[in-house]
Amino acid sequence: MIFHGRTISKGKASGEALVGTEAISFLGGVDPKTGKVIDRQNPLFGKSIAGKVLVIPRGKGSTVGTYVLYQLKKNGVAPAAVINLESEIIIAVGAIISEIPMVDRLDKNPVENIKTGMKVKVDADKGIVEIG
Amino acid sequence: MDLSRQEQETLDGEEGEAAAKAMAILQAVGNIYGADKLIPVTSAQVAGVSYKTIGDAGLEFLEDFASKGAKATIPAYLNPAGMDLKDWKRMGVPKKFAEKQLQIMSSYTKIGISPTCTCAPYHIGIRPALGEHVAWSESNAISFANSMLGARTNRESAVSALASAIIGKTPNFGLHLEENRKAGFIVAVTARMEKMTDFGALGAIVGKIARDRNPAFIGIPRTKATEERMKSLGAAMAATGSVALYFAKDITPEWNVEKGTPIETIEVSQDIVDEQKAVMQTEKGAVGLVAIGCPHCSIGEIREIAKKLESRPAGKSLAMKLWVCTSRKTKDEADKLGLSKIIEKAGGLVVADTCMVVAPLEEMGFKSTAVNSGKAATYLPSLCGQRVKFADIEELLN
Repeated sequence: MIFHGRTISKGKASGEALVGTEAISFLGGVDPKTGKVIDRQNPLFGKSIAGKVLVIPRGKGSTVGTYVLYQLKKNGVAPAAVINLESEIIIAVGAIISEIPMVDRLDKNPVENIKTGMKVKVDADKGIVEIG
Repeated sequence: MDLSRQEQETLDGEEGEAAAKAMAILQAVGNIYGADKLIPVTSAQVAGVSYKTIGDAGLEFLEDFASKGAKATIPAYLNPAGMDLKDWKRMGVPKKFAEKQLQIMSSYTKIGISPTCTCAPYHIGIRPALGEHVAWSESNAISFANSMLGARTNRESAVSALASAIIGKTPNFGLHLEENRKAGFIVAVTARMEKMTDFGALGAIVGKIARDRNPAFIGIPRTKATEERMKSLGAAMAATGSVALYFAKDITPEWNVEKGTPIETIEVSQDIVDEQKAVMQTEKGAVGLVAIGCPHCSIGEIREIAKKLESRPAGKSLAMKLWVCTSRKTKDEADKLGLSKIIEKAGGLVVADTCMVVAPLEEMGFKSTAVNSGKAATYLPSLCGQRVKFADIEELLN
């Protein structure tokens, strides 16, 4: 299956999908040292986003979350790529400064059509996402 | 969003890696919010300075960004830091915190951002004119610039304002456009509005109900509406809500209430204001700290505090700590005028570069703080774990 979307942060990456149905606050929601989701309210609680293609509706919370993405990258535990339904400024800017490929506004809903564990290729330069 | 040829070249790296990243940030923000192009701004005001707020994550980014050659190309100013940059020892700030804070400062100055460290740049002469486009990121400064000065800024994040400082531009959307600068509802004020806390409480009320609408106030007596009080009103609205622009009849330079279209009107009486004050008060007993200057004090406010302290019986020092928070520039002026000395003699401190909201109050052992600011009363419980006494200067210094 191929999806077409919008480039938010350039680059190419592939990895296993980790799909969450709720927005994530990176500040206080993700441990910058391990890449684990530490927000108990989030359905992905306890899961690691390290090296994954993170598929979530959007970001939320403090704008300092932008810097947490950067810290994740420096610690080698950032997601390989990010796919959002609709980007907001916290994750978008975080992905740019951390050089994490990111796309949004796919032609098919990624949260519904991509399942955790699927192998996903993201070409954010062209805005293309490929499963399998 | 369309980029000009020159902007595209910057994005492609012709001005270096840091400028390319700054351009990519502005492009993403512009695309997300549906801007058509970038427009020049005359200044940037950059938040995200206190180590308490941005932590190691922010510090690491700023150090890397500075070392990659990030340079401001327009006048750019900083928000308050987490401590008085000269007198942090006297404030009782832990050494480890201070070291990190100084590292943050050195990255920002390397980028070329002036270490003004104030949330009230308008009190030290940084006052964009009516219709001037800027990129500011501290919520009360944004409100004051848009509303009291009639300048135009969106609610920038720390990073987007930093990107604007480097590129000298901002995406053209939101409050930069005339069509978004209209009143969304009317606030008919029948409260007397005689005290500073009346303005803070009114702001807290209106912020909670504003959603994404710009409020337009009628009934605030012009003679009561000093810049300091209007600052407190705007700051509280930006703290309990996300109000970035308001109008006040006969006070603000803009009054964009469309004639002939029906508009919701909310009345705020003195009773409602008093109820709000009671809600904001979570400490009825003694406090460990009185902190004035949220947003930062003007020289006029410092003069008022000094006068109040001078009138106290000789030799009677304050039972609690007192911080008067202001910008470095205003503190220098207060020093020269002998006002700082009067405050110190009574047992207080004039603290520059920082404020009670971004200082590590909990780490410093404070449990309850008294303020005259609606914004501080809103933030101190959640951000600093404080119980709050909310009252006017006359009462706080008695």
